[in-house]
Amino acid sequence: MTAQSLPQTAPEPLFRFRHLLGIEGLQRPDIERLLDQSDVYVDANRQGDKKHSNLRGRTLINLFFENSTRTRTSFELAGKRLGGDVINMSVGTSSIKKGETLIDTAMTLNAMHPDVLVVRHADSGAVQLLAEKVNCSVINAGDGTHEHPTQALLDALTIRRRLGRGLEGLTVAICGDIAHSRVARSNIHLMGIMGARVRAVAPPTLLPAGLDRLGVEIHHDMETGLKNADIIMMLRLQTERMKGSFVPSIREYYRLYGLDYEKLKAAKPDALIMHPGPMNRGVEIDSEVADDIDRSLIREQVEMGVAVRMACLEALVSTQTDPWAKNQ
Amino acid sequence: MGEEPVSKTIYKNARLLDPASELDAMGALLVENGRILDVGPGVFVDAMQDDFDIVDCAGKCLAPGLVDMRVTTGEPGNEHLETLATASQAAAAGGVTTIVCLPNTDPIVDDVALLEFVERRAAEVGLISVHSYAAATKRTRGEEMSEIGLLHQAGALGFTDGPKAIANALVMRRLLSYSTVFGTLVIQHPEIPDLVGEGVMSEGETATRLGLAGIPAAAEVMMIERDMRLLALSGGRYHASRVTTAAAIEAIAKAKAEGLNVTCDTAPHYFALNEDAVTDYRTFAKVSPPLRSEEDRRAVLQGLADGTIDAIASDHTPRDQDSKRLPFDQAEFGVVGLETMLPVTLESVHNGALTMLQAIKALSLGPASILGLPGGKLAKGAPADLVLFDPDIAGVVDPSKFHAKCKNSPFEGKPIQGKVLKTIRGGRVVFDPETEIAPERGRLLHA
Repeated sequence: MTAQSLPQTAPEPLFRFRHLLGIEGLQRPDIERLLDQSDVYVDANRQGDKKHSNLRGRTLINLFFENSTRTRTSFELAGKRLGGDVINMSVGTSSIKKGETLIDTAMTLNAMHPDVLVVRHADSGAVQLLAEKVNCSVINAGDGTHEHPTQALLDALTIRRRLGRGLEGLTVAICGDIAHSRVARSNIHLMGIMGARVRAVAPPTLLPAGLDRLGVEIHHDMETGLKNADIIMMLRLQTERMKGSFVPSIREYYRLYGLDYEKLKAAKPDALIMHPGPMNRGVEIDSEVADDIDRSLIREQVEMGVAVRMACLEALVSTQTDPWAKNQ
Repeated sequence: MGEEPVSKTIYKNARLLDPASELDAMGALLVENGRILDVGPGVFVDAMQDDFDIVDCAGKCLAPGLVDMRVTTGEPGNEHLETLATASQAAAAGGVTTIVCLPNTDPIVDDVALLEFVERRAAEVGLISVHSYAAATKRTRGEEMSEIGLLHQAGALGFTDGPKAIANALVMRRLLSYSTVFGTLVIQHPEIPDLVGEGVMSEGETATRLGLAGIPAAAEVMMIERDMRLLALSGGRYHASRVTTAAAIEAIAKAKAEGLNVTCDTAPHYFALNEDAVTDYRTFAKVSPPLRSEEDRRAVLQGLADGTIDAIASDHTPRDQDSKRLPFDQAEFGVVGLETMLPVTLESVHNGALTMLQAIKALSLGPASILGLPGGKLAKGAPADLVLFDPDIAGVVDPSKFHAKCKNSPFEGKPIQGKVLKTIRGGRVVFDPETEIAPERGRLLHA
């Protein structure tokens, strides 16, 4: 056996899995490859001609069972910039129910031979259920309070680019409505995988049980929770997901947990502030802090979102030899 | 006022009763500038007497001023029943130097501005220390928690819906959980409201004979057992206000043994009276929770003696004649108790059910510790909040002599032994029956 006779090593695939359903289960190289590829697209998206052809001939369906503007637009742009055909389907939450109806929808769409389905659903696990029923790749664009993997990836990319380094050793404080946040769960996984220290800062009523078992340091007080933090991720108080009262009032919440310059003093002087949007100014974040261009990464996060989604779409399509030939 | 010279007083020849150090001995107590300068059997007094006022206690009992952790007033909203001024006077007359008011006024204290109003009014009265709880849920509706954090920062000593139980288990769980951030107290009226229903007295033979709707004793222990599970789940500090049944006391003893952060109190009528007090449809003995069976009454005394019950509170609830002179079903619940709490409790000391120190502890140090207040002890540096009383003077409860505005006492005509001789708050005498001091009485009464 000579070196010559060996088949040429295929380039390492961008991604190992058919679907991107969550961050949990990924490994550091998986994430790093996606982020590296995203970097390429960040630069490309700043050019005049943003069009690529990686998705040419491919069909992307944005299937949103829950209202969304920014995530859906971001995926739509990502698909179009890669040269794919993008269809948006917004299915009113009232007109569709769980269980068989969801599967029926999946089967119907599957029959149209899409290549990638981007799915958002109000129920945790619904995207996975749908993924089991289709032949194409599925990207989870947020399922209930479970995961929102592309948000965590874009957050990581934002931090990496701003600091010019990896996430190892950073102290990341995730603050606010963690109980109802899929962004928090995806970020807890991702930050942990990438070697950051993760803190959860919230009143106990907004912390899901057993969170400490995910390797998270729990704090109920902003001052101790933000102490020496490098990154502060604020979460939106998701009143629409709250059944009953988790906090007494907005004014008490803002006083105790809203991020303002006073509370920010506890963090490192150059600590950066993130928010997945949409923000409730005067609820979880002070307007001035949110608009502080030296510290707030909130606008960069949106920009990174498109690049990350382009990388994810490309990665999934590149794993497909012929999705219709065999069902893995 | 204000520019008073340094006041120094010696209380000598006193039977000192300090539950914190378990001291029950003759001795002296020195007060300077509103604080206890020294106390004990060996305190040397003769050389210092020149610049001290001397009070010869003639062997009577000198104890920490009583701390009453459950008082209803009518201010704001029902000043015809009780004002903070009359409640303060009644307290002083009863040897009580600290009261904590329930939030069940009109409007209900579930907002920082209202809490600050009550605190300001109490400070204007200035006779004794007046603190306040805040509502645990908005409007005490039992649905959404009130602004626990802001109210705690504004001085609320704990959170309770007063005479209403926090019935919803999820609300109670969230309250306990959220309150851990501030380390504050959640106070429950431990009764399952659905089981209380339209009941007006304890369920059983007496209720059946009287033809009155009964309240099962189990309604109490069921709520406490539920809450103990929630406490184990959520953390927090839980206080059961007025435990009255053997089963509930047992459940609390078990929870304490398991290390749960639980405390409880009872009221004098639950160990001095039983359900027989309502025979003849005596609405003045209609209380919530209801007076219980004789077995339960004995269990309450036992709980006080063994320390399962941490505190005695008067549960002072002023009701006017119009709301009591009614058919039993229609009459309101509640009794006044600030002025009878000490002598009625002393009855249990006289008949040997409690020691003097056990009784004093439950009336002072016990509640002070639960509430995190500095009183309740005769110790150097502690506030000079004191009560001087003679445990042996005999008398009869006469509500017409009460300082409280309402006279709805279940103990009317009861022979008692024990009389307050002086109530001292912050070193200042605020009640003395000899001179009926209540120094600024005129102003207070017309405030």
